[in-house]
Amino acid sequence: MSVLGASRRSLLSGLGAAAVGFSLEGLSGCATRYPRGRNGEEARLNFYNWDTYTGKTTLQDFKAATGVEVKMSLFATNDELFSKLKAGNPGFDVIVPSNEFVTRMILSDMLEPLDLKKIPNRINLLPAFQDAAFDPGRRYSMPYTWLVLGIGYRKSKTDGVPDSWKWLMDSDRYSGRIGLFSQADDLIELGAKYLGHSVLNIPTNMVDQIAEMYIRQKPHVKIFHNDEGQDLLLAGDVDVVMEYNGDIAQVMQEDPDLAFVVPKEGSIINSDCLCIPKGAPRPDNAHQFINFVLGAKAGAEIYSTIMYPTPNAAALALMPESYRLNPAIFPPPAAMAKCEYAAFEGLRRAQLYDETLTRIFAA
Amino acid sequence: MDESWRRAKGVFAAVGGPPIMWLTFFFLTPLAIIWAYSFGENKTLVEIAISGTLSNYIHAIQPLYFGIILKSFVFATFTTIFCLILGFPVAVAITFAPEKTKAWLLLLVMLPFWTNLLIRTYALMAVLRAEGFVNQGLGALWRGASLLAGIIGVRLGAFEPLPLLHNTFAVVFGLVYVQLPFMVLPLYAALDRLDRSLLEASLDLGASQFTTFRRVVIPLATPGIVSGVLVTLIPSIGAYLTPDLLGGPQSMMIANIIERQFKTADNWPFGSALSFVLMYLTFLAIAVQAVVARSRKTRSV
Repeated sequence: MSVLGASRRSLLSGLGAAAVGFSLEGLSGCATRYPRGRNGEEARLNFYNWDTYTGKTTLQDFKAATGVEVKMSLFATNDELFSKLKAGNPGFDVIVPSNEFVTRMILSDMLEPLDLKKIPNRINLLPAFQDAAFDPGRRYSMPYTWLVLGIGYRKSKTDGVPDSWKWLMDSDRYSGRIGLFSQADDLIELGAKYLGHSVLNIPTNMVDQIAEMYIRQKPHVKIFHNDEGQDLLLAGDVDVVMEYNGDIAQVMQEDPDLAFVVPKEGSIINSDCLCIPKGAPRPDNAHQFINFVLGAKAGAEIYSTIMYPTPNAAALALMPESYRLNPAIFPPPAAMAKCEYAAFEGLRRAQLYDETLTRIFAA
Repeated sequence: MDESWRRAKGVFAAVGGPPIMWLTFFFLTPLAIIWAYSFGENKTLVEIAISGTLSNYIHAIQPLYFGIILKSFVFATFTTIFCLILGFPVAVAITFAPEKTKAWLLLLVMLPFWTNLLIRTYALMAVLRAEGFVNQGLGALWRGASLLAGIIGVRLGAFEPLPLLHNTFAVVFGLVYVQLPFMVLPLYAALDRLDRSLLEASLDLGASQFTTFRRVVIPLATPGIVSGVLVTLIPSIGAYLTPDLLGGPQSMMIANIIERQFKTADNWPFGSALSFVLMYLTFLAIAVQAVVARSRKTRSV
């Protein structure tokens, strides 16, 4: 029962509106500089994206093609993106949440439905990405990349390929050289995967069992990192690390001694998606941008820079063999067959996982 | 005095108004909102119903979380003790330095504030990590030593880098590094006001240097010590960046848990309750300290 009847959004939006207003206007400079395009919108676009997640010339190419200037701001985690938009959209036109947060944002009425007629390039998508369980019918999101969690490792410091979660979670073979994620849901869901369970509907007693396993393993773990596993691996701080394939593929270009494997027990797949947040000031430009990114040439330019797997068949056809046949970017189908998408299973579960992580850390 | 204040109401409003408005809008109001959240529960992903429930507080004082709060107090206490031990001689040295040198020394104490805390913390990581400057330096010394040992026929093993980062040591070290200026400055302020003739009198009357320090300097510097301890202890309890970047899982402090409630766990009511438990405990500690200090004062009179 609500006494004050106040929601977080209404309370904060009143306070936050002023501050947010000038932060974005300050960022974009004088508004009159932008001429109106044919669609009646100002020829600009605010793009909220992950770091190192566009091609070198993507934004210039888009401007050359449409005359729309893109201002890109960066976020580091989905939580950051979510909390920034929770109090109302401060002026972003296109955002890139991961699948679980697409669900969260749809549930919270924070996404604008896409006008699929304005995105003809969606036919370029691979059949597997034409639809998605987390967004049935692709009404709110277009896939940008997909990623799979696995083990990044240093070949000269491991005995063969560490192709099981065991080496990270349940063994002292690489004691003192192990890096794990500090993200509660990933840790517990991958723990369940190691124990032979799906990442969905993990029973409470199994969560406890997983917690005990990590508590036993903790003395052997060098660091619980915040998604900077590729840097730790490159710097030699750890030799086996839980990380996303694209991140490891990026550092593999710098150090040929590094490699990536999806463990034989299977793993979690994620998909980062292009979405238009509710209240986007320039929705038509946003559709144009999404359509542009799904184009074959623009896509190829992006993926050859960011080294993440593409859901785009037309872009893939333009890519060199060093990308298409890279086992870090496209792990073997046998391993991928055991991977699954995680899903948002309610706040209560997110809080259970968080408390479990606190318990693991404090033990 | 009272009269002139009343007559200059306009001036008072002009001078006092903006800070009071600032305090109300940007400190008290947000604090009140967080306080209200601590009695609420999540209804949906974006809605909190403020229902007056105490469940968040009951959850917050469970052993798991209370243990982490206690641990934060212990880390902060150690930080304060080290800061006091290191800061007192520094403050004394600055006080008794020649006028010209004094200005430079004070500048040196304040110099770290010119750089952002985040950058200083990353710099500390570069110093402490396995391939960091400390371990590289020790490694070079070790290689030199094994060369010498080789000459006399003793074999030393390979150099094992010291584990300096991602543990409790790194957190307390980082906190001492960050908080030290906050200890030195109030100590210096107190010592600088100290009447030098009292020291001379004590020495002339036959007290040793040490007795003078213990019986004259420390009691006179007590106000400075108390304020130094408070401005070191309280921010250290709520330290977030230092344990996050320098610590390992074992050295997680309460602010890291609170941060997770507002971000990944998306449990604002619980995060708010944890913040306020911490605040109540800090108030309690200050109140106890004040009562003890007062009773001691009345006793000595």
